[in-house]
Amino acid sequence: MQVSITVNGVERQADVDPRTLLVHFLRETLDLTGTKIGCDTSQCGACTVHLDGKVLKSCTLLAVQADGCEVGTIEGLAAGGEHHPMQSAFWENHGLQCGYCTPGMIMASAAFVRDNPGASEAEIRHYLEGNICRCTGYHNIVKAVKQVADAAAAP
Amino acid sequence: MSTRIFGSGIKRREDPRLITGEARYTDDIKLPGVLHMAVVRSPYAHANIVSIDSAAAEAMDGVVAVFTGDDIDLAGMPTAWLIPDSDLKTPEHPALAKGKVRYVGDGVAIVLADDRYRAQDAADAVVVDYEELPAVIDPEAAAQAGAPLIHDDVEGNIAFRWAPFDKEASDAVFEAADVVVSERILQQRLLPTAMETRAAMAQYNAATQELTLWCTSQNPHIHRFIISAVTGLNENKVRVIAPEVGGGFGSKIPCYPDEALVSWAAMKLGVPVKWAETRSENYQVTIHGRDHVQHVQMAASSEGKILGVRATVYAGMGGYLSTAAPGIPTILHGLLYVGPYTIDSVYCESIGVMTNGAPTDAYRGAGRPEATFLLERMVDNVAREIGMDPAEVRRKNLIPAFEDGYDVAAGLTYDSGDYPAAFEKALNMAGYDDFRQAQAEALAAGRYLGIGVTAYTEMCGLGPSQVAGAVGFQGGLWESATVRVTPTGKVQALIGASPHGQGSETTLAQIIAEELGFPVEDIEVVHGDTTETPMGWGTYGSRTTPVTGAALAKASQKLKDKARALAAHLMEASVDDIEYADGSFSVKGSPDQAQSIQEVALMAHLAWNMPEGMDPGFEESQFYDPPNFVYPFGTHIAIVEVDAATGVIDLQRYIAVDDCGPQINPEIVAGQIHGGVVQGVAQALCEGAIYSDDGQLLTGTMQDYCMPKADMFPNFELGETVTPSPHHPIGVKGVGETGTIASTPTVYNAVLDALAPLGVEQIDMPLTSAKVWGAIQAARQ
Repeated sequence: MQVSITVNGVERQADVDPRTLLVHFLRETLDLTGTKIGCDTSQCGACTVHLDGKVLKSCTLLAVQADGCEVGTIEGLAAGGEHHPMQSAFWENHGLQCGYCTPGMIMASAAFVRDNPGASEAEIRHYLEGNICRCTGYHNIVKAVKQVADAAAAP
Repeated sequence: MSTRIFGSGIKRREDPRLITGEARYTDDIKLPGVLHMAVVRSPYAHANIVSIDSAAAEAMDGVVAVFTGDDIDLAGMPTAWLIPDSDLKTPEHPALAKGKVRYVGDGVAIVLADDRYRAQDAADAVVVDYEELPAVIDPEAAAQAGAPLIHDDVEGNIAFRWAPFDKEASDAVFEAADVVVSERILQQRLLPTAMETRAAMAQYNAATQELTLWCTSQNPHIHRFIISAVTGLNENKVRVIAPEVGGGFGSKIPCYPDEALVSWAAMKLGVPVKWAETRSENYQVTIHGRDHVQHVQMAASSEGKILGVRATVYAGMGGYLSTAAPGIPTILHGLLYVGPYTIDSVYCESIGVMTNGAPTDAYRGAGRPEATFLLERMVDNVAREIGMDPAEVRRKNLIPAFEDGYDVAAGLTYDSGDYPAAFEKALNMAGYDDFRQAQAEALAAGRYLGIGVTAYTEMCGLGPSQVAGAVGFQGGLWESATVRVTPTGKVQALIGASPHGQGSETTLAQIIAEELGFPVEDIEVVHGDTTETPMGWGTYGSRTTPVTGAALAKASQKLKDKARALAAHLMEASVDDIEYADGSFSVKGSPDQAQSIQEVALMAHLAWNMPEGMDPGFEESQFYDPPNFVYPFGTHIAIVEVDAATGVIDLQRYIAVDDCGPQINPEIVAGQIHGGVVQGVAQALCEGAIYSDDGQLLTGTMQDYCMPKADMFPNFELGETVTPSPHHPIGVKGVGETGTIASTPTVYNAVLDALAPLGVEQIDMPLTSAKVWGAIQAARQ
């Protein structure tokens, strides 16, 4: 089936097998491999992207369902070569180790803080339940997200 | 430099590529014309293969070939830790099962197709007729007479029996002791769950007979060694590349059938072949950790002096012996039974048992968490038995501070330690005495608070190669490194180890920067490619900082000596008059005359004006074989509240005081501890691989296996003490596994402390709310 999906601001057209998951479309068809796959049951959140501005685990949607939509991936998050504040906060706070969950963590956290400036630590921990990290023990991820959340709420 | 780079928590050098999605992990690498491999796996834990019909699969669109075990002419997958004096049996492990399958997930056939969806479709279409056999999962049950026999040549399913200590002496201690406490401890199976599952891609050039294998490896040189052995290719024709690797925790040490199979298929078909594991596959076939049934006893005096510890351990090996499996419940376990205490008598009988579970092998801590847990559990049992506070029992038994070597009854020589200092610091941070008061008040109000304290030391920085040989490890345990400086004064540090999340590109660069004065941003650490890097044995056992770090420090020191001599020559001064500071060599008494390290590097490359006898170039290599292990230590404390009505556990505080010697990068050290603690706490509270009695993996997806999540934890409270290792060039010890080793008993004992007033004395891990609630109900009746 023919799909037209705007990815990181660029319209991409392709002929896809109807059963192709959006995450495979991004990774295999478009070679945007920053979006990761960490499970096969939609638990881990490594494949988190933005779909029309909303957070989405891209393994839960078929590419054809995203036809006509706007998709944002980790590769498109840094605007004009400047790191997004969430990317900077992860780097500054040692919020990553092996880096595999990181694109999904950053995509999920960036949207969360945009929608919830000033979020508390407890709210952040609760929200991050949908993204699994095996390396960091979450401590520094929470610290990074809190730093951006606090900055977003600052007058 | 005004601030020392060594000891500074600088941002990691590896992060820019990781936070932008630009890093390339194995499955991110694309080759034109690649075929995708899917593995047909056994749905039975134990069965004879009656027939395999691949006709339907072969006829499907996009399918290029289907192969079964009879088609594959690879040598068997080797076991590489052959522990001595244990009557070890190493049953044949073919890359694809021949005639019989021995666990759910055992490979039966492979399918090669032009697309990963089509490969999986075709794998599902391969019809295998099985004759199911009785299965056994519990390692103690598998060791009993009459248990289903898994390998014909492993009698009674006993792969080894390791008992190196004096049993009579141990028995005498126990017979004479005032107090003996006993417990049957279950170290449940754990799923390592690196967030990147395993993947492998192979490309073969028939003309040059060169094989390139990209794979998720913690030790590409060991993978090269084994792939060479099983394929029959010369080792110098095999290039193994571990690109970005998304965590390992031990699970990417072994060489697996899948990596051999993509190599074989690429050679057979003459096109590149890729395989990427699904998470469900990962849970079925990538190694599991732990799986001990332990019968443990501790002897003590009525005053709380610990006199001896002894255990019989049934260690589940799974259907085959994985690469390092026999060494885990033996060398890395029984030798740790003294812990940080003055225990004069130890005994361990470890029985390695074949079962119909997935193969087990090293998982973060590997044998040492299982030893620390049993010690700490038994210390709490002694405290309860004699009516003494568990912290006081520990205090009475800690080995006093020592700076250079301490021999313990288990045969090890600890390098250095000040266990009482770390212990008292942690107790102070926790406010231990105040907590006991608060706990009593809470209890009076019907609330159940508990505290757990773990003092630990562990053996890491593996290790002296002579010891490796003596304990049957089929390799060395040294590392090598090259510090290569370009003419323009930029540094490439080539290392044989293969970090995969530890931040070693940063910490190792800090070591070089400290020694030579290059800015850290001018230093690239190159790893993970057997063609680009010198030989090394890999990243595991908290060894990269201590062993590779020592190699780099010594190589840097050699370069500094050369630089000093060249600078003296260039400035027409005596070497003895050269002073070094912050990357600059100057002549004593005339500070205007100076040569920077970059200027010296350029002159060494140009070689226009070298001193007599000095070779050109600015590069040094160093092999480093450590004279001993390193022994980090510390004390961890957890405070929990248990809701007696629901069994729900609230982890309220977690305090960790760790001593890994001088910290190169405190932020990275803290990160290692945070992650290790969560992994260990999760064993206590939620993780556990569960098989049904007939060997079906019931926790086969992330929906069923309880991974720790962010909302289960408080912010951690970290402290440190600093006790350098006396035998290490820069005094550092490893810190990759301490969190996991210490945290499981800490939280377990805290929960049992909370439940003590209710009469609950033991619950098998993990301490789910259902189990805790059930134990409370049982105790009330």
